[in-house]
Amino acid sequence: MAKLHVSTTINGEPTEFLCEANDSMLDVLRGPLGLTGSKEGCGSGDCGACSIMLDDRLVCSCLMLAAEAEDSDITTIEGMAVGEKLHPLQQKFLELAALQCGICTPGVLVASKALLERNLNPTETEVRYWLAGNLCRCTGYDKIVRAVLDTAAEMREAAQ
Amino acid sequence: MNETSNKWIGQNTIRPDGADKVTGRAAYGADTTMPGMIWGSVLRSPHPHARIRSIDTSKAEALPGVKAVITAKDIVEFPLDKSVVLGIQDMRWMCRNVMAREKALFHGHPVAAVAATTEAIAAEACKLIDVDYEVLPWVIEIEDAIKPGAPLLHDFIQFEGKPSNIAGTLEHKLGDIDAGFAQADVVIERSFTTRPVHQGYIETHACLVSVSADGKTTIWSSSQGQFMVRAMTSLLTGLPQSSIRAIPAEIGGGFGGKTIVYLEPLATVLSKKSGRPVKMVMSREEVMRATGPTSGSMSTVKIGATKDGKIVAAQGTYYLQAGAFPGSPIRGAAGCAFAPYDIPNVISRGFDVVSNRSKVAAYRAPGAPIGAYAVECVLDEIAEALKIDPLDLRIQNAAREGTKAAHGPVYPRIGLLETMEAARAHPHYKAPLGKFQGRGVASGFWFNAGGESSAQVNITEDGNVVVTTGHPDIGGSRAAIANIAAELLGIDYRRVSVLIGDTATVGYSNLTGGSRVLFASAIVVTESAEQVIGQLKARAAKVWGISADAVVWENGEARPSGDHTGNFPTMTLAEIAAKASETGGPIGAGVQLNTTGAEGGFSTHICDVEVDVELGIVSVLRYTSFQDVGRAVHPAYVEGQIQGGAAQGIGWALNEEYIYNKDGKVDNPGFLDYRMPVCSDLPMLDAVMIEIPNPKHPQGVRGVGEVPLVPVMAAVANAVHSALGKRFYSLPMSPPKVLEGLDEGTLQAAE
Repeated sequence: MAKLHVSTTINGEPTEFLCEANDSMLDVLRGPLGLTGSKEGCGSGDCGACSIMLDDRLVCSCLMLAAEAEDSDITTIEGMAVGEKLHPLQQKFLELAALQCGICTPGVLVASKALLERNLNPTETEVRYWLAGNLCRCTGYDKIVRAVLDTAAEMREAAQ
Repeated sequence: MNETSNKWIGQNTIRPDGADKVTGRAAYGADTTMPGMIWGSVLRSPHPHARIRSIDTSKAEALPGVKAVITAKDIVEFPLDKSVVLGIQDMRWMCRNVMAREKALFHGHPVAAVAATTEAIAAEACKLIDVDYEVLPWVIEIEDAIKPGAPLLHDFIQFEGKPSNIAGTLEHKLGDIDAGFAQADVVIERSFTTRPVHQGYIETHACLVSVSADGKTTIWSSSQGQFMVRAMTSLLTGLPQSSIRAIPAEIGGGFGGKTIVYLEPLATVLSKKSGRPVKMVMSREEVMRATGPTSGSMSTVKIGATKDGKIVAAQGTYYLQAGAFPGSPIRGAAGCAFAPYDIPNVISRGFDVVSNRSKVAAYRAPGAPIGAYAVECVLDEIAEALKIDPLDLRIQNAAREGTKAAHGPVYPRIGLLETMEAARAHPHYKAPLGKFQGRGVASGFWFNAGGESSAQVNITEDGNVVVTTGHPDIGGSRAAIANIAAELLGIDYRRVSVLIGDTATVGYSNLTGGSRVLFASAIVVTESAEQVIGQLKARAAKVWGISADAVVWENGEARPSGDHTGNFPTMTLAEIAAKASETGGPIGAGVQLNTTGAEGGFSTHICDVEVDVELGIVSVLRYTSFQDVGRAVHPAYVEGQIQGGAAQGIGWALNEEYIYNKDGKVDNPGFLDYRMPVCSDLPMLDAVMIEIPNPKHPQGVRGVGEVPLVPVMAAVANAVHSALGKRFYSLPMSPPKVLEGLDEGTLQAAE
């Protein structure tokens, strides 16, 4: 069967790719597009390491067919910093040591950014439930939750 | 080192690999590709136990796109009658674990592997391999494996003169156990079970291997030791170590589970046969079926104490699942179990039991959490029987400097008592509890390790510093090494680059394991840096025309001293580096050592839980770990180790377990049904670091990575008992088990 042609936007760049009908978005990101920041921890939507934004939705790219990307606007971890300027969440994760091995970090950051875009004043419980789809085996989540809460506070202050 | 003058040791600096890890640039095991690369896939046994009569690969080889097919014939065989030990593994088992030889011994055991131009073709080719199996009776659980008449995995294993699945035993003995129990006013004996749990690293095993026509081999893979990868691959493929360059990828979690190879030897042989670079990446299901986990266990612990609370005798018997090949961590279970206490009469025994499940791999203080779980629960019952506060009982019996441990050593200065006293004095220990809420405490010990490490410290021409060490950085060790190098050289930590070398660019370095990385690498980095400082002083002395003895190194500068004080302007690192060519050439030093002096680690935990008596769900409300960390070189990453260990232990205590179906296959090989703690399951995890510097280390470092897991299951179990007045003697305390245990009487009593 001929491959499917998909036109989409990834991290602000108009992008075209060819894929098989059963390729996941994660397969295409990590393979032909070379965007290996999104990780495959399970391939079943349970770990969140492949989290991306599809338009304004947070999705597991392993559960999305690549063909579904047609005419959409996708953001991956590679699109989070602007040039050399880290997003405040990225900076805060470094300052608070909110990562150890770092394999879950791209997905956690993408998901945390999605939270703060919806709710810049989340409670600890809201952060914990929002990130319940992002497994981290190293940190026990403590420093991740603190980093998200601290970033939110700083961003609120900056917005005033 | 004078603590008060420290500028960088003890600071939460930004890790050298941080920017790459928050932007998605860091390259983990599965993130590397090569031109011409093809894909490897593994055919795995569909049976838990079967003799392999024959394998026909001809149809697979004929499939267009298939470039190589291998079976056990392509892997070097180590005969069963002669042990060849490499680190913590025996190559007799390794050669049969990476590829089934005479028999498939668990569901998921590799029996063949294929390399093809696409992943889809490789998977299709695996289906075309025809394996003739003679299906054999199988056994999964310990109690079944040690019964008379149980299916036997290996003909060569004998126990007490008879064929058996008990592959080995170990005994630690101190004093006279019978005399000890005779002195006791209270004796409590209980039996416990724990289930196998997986290390649960989020990154699955992955590698890329390129073998050129002359046999020169390059391996990119995620592991806890590139030198282990090189040595194992060499032994299993017959290639000399000098032909193999193993490059450590960033590692996406290991917890002990990546101290072993699964894919690298297969990809190497596939690459050699096909002439193409071969990439292999496990699925999560493959990880759950065929890698790790740690052992499940059956144990019995008996402790006797006098009525005033002195423990006089203790006996432990631990049966641990090894999986398909001998080698469960009985040394950790039987050796660490009673190690926190000064007990005059001890017998602690371990039994290594094989069964038809995947070969266990190391998991964070291997065996020790199993040992501690049983001991710390029985201690709680002793405290209750004697009406003594459980922390007071532990404090009264705590091991201290001079205590002779049953597993051998006489302790030097240790910080166990300080962890217990800090716990007793902490507000957490006095905080009020509500209905169906309870509090538990437990302590634990882990050996810690030294061993081989190498480092190179080089001064760049512009006067900055590059440090290369040989241990994969699994949780921030590069940040701590940067702090140490910056401290010693007296410069800003941002001027220090810390790299993990590959097997061709840095000297031999043992595994990232045993909580040894910062302990050992700090020693070789310190000695290297001291040599570099010696060179820097000599270079300045040469410029000034004075003796090197008359130069001191302070705040990143050489300064003339003694009679020469003030005679010359100081020289900075950059100024000395700029003159390196004319004063003697490049500046740098390397040190390679077998490090010793890694003293054991101790911790004490307090856990509060609440039980939802309608759903059987146990929630951890508050958790505080108190640990003797020696010296926290980078405190945030030490805390991170403590918090991560607590989270893993909470999972082990409450939810995680392998569930086997009636066909001897794992029924929950994914993250949906193998339920690790998620963010909403946990509270903040408090870490109280107590710094009792290790007197045998230049910075006072003790290993900190593993002991954080050791007391957790007991602390949670004791808290559940405190909440309900009922004790569960098996893990996990999952909702169905808790619900089943909640009869009317228990509920009424708990209210």
